Amino acid sequence: MSRNKTFFKMGMHNGIPIMLGYFTVSFTFGIQASHIGLNAIDAALISLTNLTSAGQFAGLGIIAANSPFFEMAISQIIINSRYLLMSSSLSQKIEHNTSFIKRAVMAFGTTDEIYSLAITSKQPLSPYYVYGMMAVAIPGWTLGTFFGVILGDILPSTLVSALNIALYAMLISAIIPATKNNEKIAIIITISMFVSFLFTIIPYLKELSSGIHIIIISIVLTSIFAIIFPLKEEGHE
Amino acid sequence: MNNLYIYILVMAIVTYLIRAIPLTLIRKEINNKFIKSFLYYVPYVTLSVLIFPAILYSTSSIISAIIVFIIAIILSYRKLNMMTVAIISCLTVFIIEYLLL
Repeated sequence: MSRNKTFFKMGMHNGIPIMLGYFTVSFTFGIQASHIGLNAIDAALISLTNLTSAGQFAGLGIIAANSPFFEMAISQIIINSRYLLMSSSLSQKIEHNTSFIKRAVMAFGTTDEIYSLAITSKQPLSPYYVYGMMAVAIPGWTLGTFFGVILGDILPSTLVSALNIALYAMLISAIIPATKNNEKIAIIITISMFVSFLFTIIPYLKELSSGIHIIIISIVLTSIFAIIFPLKEEGHE
Repeated sequence: MNNLYIYILVMAIVTYLIRAIPLTLIRKEINNKFIKSFLYYVPYVTLSVLIFPAILYSTSSIISAIIVFIIAIILSYRKLNMMTVAIISCLTVFIIEYLLL
């Protein structure tokens, strides 16, 4: 029991920068939501139930255009398909005896940032660690949206920039330490960033949405890396 | 605007299922060497793609973004904890943009 508590507290502690970053990103989501005429409660409801950034911004466009529901479904599948990969890798990281319900609750918290901390934590992963992060990240995301609608453009842009970068700094600090003892990972990170950059400048490819970029690059590059750098048998477990 | 709630419901359900299906259905440890290696490397690839080049456009000026990108990598490599890296990165952007603008 107390072990679960410790993990929960650790999750809350590590979730604080996520909460701050989410507050500002969702604040800008709130501002956009107010531009298409949503009130603060409805906008906050979107954030509370979806807990994702790119998907929600795209969703606003679809709501504003009054597009068919299936279009909403398809766009969410495309934009959020990276969560399929994240969730699959978490399935191998989590304590194997974790119940269905605990997994189902934890799945809701699979965001880029929470995932980055969960997957790079010491194995095996306790669901309570994720719950702790969710406990601070979800209010940050939801309240940020709420205040974004009500307060609008009151935050100075320098402050917004500064807090926006926090999320990226966190993702960086999640993956870089592993490069210290493993040069394969350093190679993988460098190539992945380079290819990702190429996708934003090569004609035709750059027309695709970022959701498609992420899923194509992730599947193709990771498959190649898995073939060239297979894990050694005794390597894990 | 009753449609709004149907839109929200569709978004929320689709997004949740994408997250929940693998985590709840894959319950065993996978032994296939390729899949194992794939799942081990996929976080590094996916997170790298999420970071770059998007980070360059996350602040008001690309200069502050590039500087922070480098600083965050150096600090992370030295294994400073995440909170410290995040705070130093925020302060750096704030100071650079304050001086530039």
